[in-house]
Amino acid sequence: MTETLQPSTSGTSPLGPGPIGRSRFWGSEAASGLALISPTALYAILLLAAPLATTLLYSVLTDGYLTVVPHFQLCNYIGECHSQLVNGTMAPDSYQGAWTDPIALSLLWRSLYVSAFVTAATVILAYPVAYFVSFNVSASRKSLWLFLITIPFWTSYVIRVFMWNVMLGRTGVINSILMGTGIISDPLQMTFTIQAMVLTLAHAYAPFAILPIYVALEKIDRSLLEAGQDLGETRFTTFLRVTLPLSMTGVIAAVLIVFIPTIGDYVTPNLIGGGKLPMIANIIEKQMLKADNKPLGSATAVTAMLVVALVSLLFLFLNRRYLKGQK
Amino acid sequence: MKIPVLRIYTIAYLIFLYCPIIILPIFAFNNSTSVAFPLQGFTTQWFQNVWNDDQLFVALKNSLIVAAATSVLATLLGTLAARASTRYNFKASAPLMGLIMLPMVLPEMIMAMALLVVLLAMGIKLSLFTIILGDVLICTPFAVAILTSAFQSLDRSLEEAAYDLGEGPFSTFMLVIFPLVMPGIISALLICFTIAIDEFIVANFLGSGEKLLSTYIFGQLRFPKYVPNIMALGTVLVGVSITLLSLAEFFRRRGIARTGAKDSGGFL
Repeated sequence: MTETLQPSTSGTSPLGPGPIGRSRFWGSEAASGLALISPTALYAILLLAAPLATTLLYSVLTDGYLTVVPHFQLCNYIGECHSQLVNGTMAPDSYQGAWTDPIALSLLWRSLYVSAFVTAATVILAYPVAYFVSFNVSASRKSLWLFLITIPFWTSYVIRVFMWNVMLGRTGVINSILMGTGIISDPLQMTFTIQAMVLTLAHAYAPFAILPIYVALEKIDRSLLEAGQDLGETRFTTFLRVTLPLSMTGVIAAVLIVFIPTIGDYVTPNLIGGGKLPMIANIIEKQMLKADNKPLGSATAVTAMLVVALVSLLFLFLNRRYLKGQK
Repeated sequence: MKIPVLRIYTIAYLIFLYCPIIILPIFAFNNSTSVAFPLQGFTTQWFQNVWNDDQLFVALKNSLIVAAATSVLATLLGTLAARASTRYNFKASAPLMGLIMLPMVLPEMIMAMALLVVLLAMGIKLSLFTIILGDVLICTPFAVAILTSAFQSLDRSLEEAAYDLGEGPFSTFMLVIFPLVMPGIISALLICFTIAIDEFIVANFLGSGEKLLSTYIFGQLRFPKYVPNIMALGTVLVGVSITLLSLAEFFRRRGIARTGAKDSGGFL
């Protein structure tokens, strides 16, 4: 079709034409592309890449009073660290690096554990919904269903999170219904628990899990399923041996899309955890701002990024294996 | 052969998804300072409180400024990146697009803190402007995603035809490409606006204390006596965002109809 038409106009960028014909590079397709992407790329380099590089740099420097002292060390990660005082001497009190401080480590574990639970719950609960919309809803009504699923997601995040306090609180909706109907006599303690945080986050990120799984299910060639059943598989074994493996790319995308923001969630530990169950974002805030220890905060942030990157790579690796398996 | 179990499950799941926004208006009109059952009768007092709250309108104004500026900037940057990556084949495309899309796979807190550290080190004063800087970073990938699909569904031969008929690059863009991707641009603007107006972490950490809607709500929720007001405010916000979403969906469908593609459904 259109691929056969060579870009007869290479060198003339339809958006802000660059200097044409001055030299081979400036007239080339690469130059037009680079020129066009440069404002966005520059923005990302200045406001994303440079800050991330600075965080990495800060994490190996020394904490000073309201400043960061350019003195290289690794103690913000491992071992005992001393801040530098105003007069240039080292503070007598030491603090533990991000990888050796038991509190920081336990918060990192809690974040991992909460977001792992949230991810598992969200993806497992979302799969049948995505399956239903993809396989059991007529083509003309699919967008309506997807629209219905995405609506609650686009309302104020802070309020949505807080509503689970209203639902789960001591005098909240669930307790007052249960007590009003006489099922329980004392209110259940549900807020300020890990479970409440998991429930809140699983609710908040539900559409993020449904959409990628749905997209993967939509791409499955329906004749493969018929083939499976013609070859004597039952509906269930067809699902296990054909549909599920083919939709795995969507499942893995869903896992990443839910896992990454939940591990860094700040609002839920504050509102649902009542500040008593802080996660990694809360400790980064504390170290960076309240304690004004930017090197330590940077080290924690870098650690969190490493964890996120490792988990992402693991799942991307799984994804590749699934893609290979399909060929 | 239908499985009714699946339909029942999906409806139950939808009820779970809608739970909080169904509860919201119930307590917004409930005549009691405590947000609990049994209901105490009808009142519009909370809506009046919200209406009379000057601080809220300051926060709303700030949020609108930030969201409007963010959506315009992010859509502009998104258009450039989406057009460059779909129209031109160049080596740096993949790594640069990777960097531009990175905020989608990075916890927001880390991005906000990294940006904050640099802004402080450079001595830039925190303001609404710095909030906009952070929000644009977060919204651009969404704009790129929406606009990439808009540009991809463009038929290249339409552009070729314009050139053959003697139009220059700029007039081709304005007369042919721009109208065709317009629904995508409007959709990107609306989505970026919705994300920016709801954004909390950036508003909380990259601002100098002036409240935005999200940070204002977060602050109010600490005081139990203000909770019913927030229920009323939340009800209004739910109404507004459903209206905006319906508009976005309308333009998306119109865009698909215009380029003659098949409806694949969904924003993402």
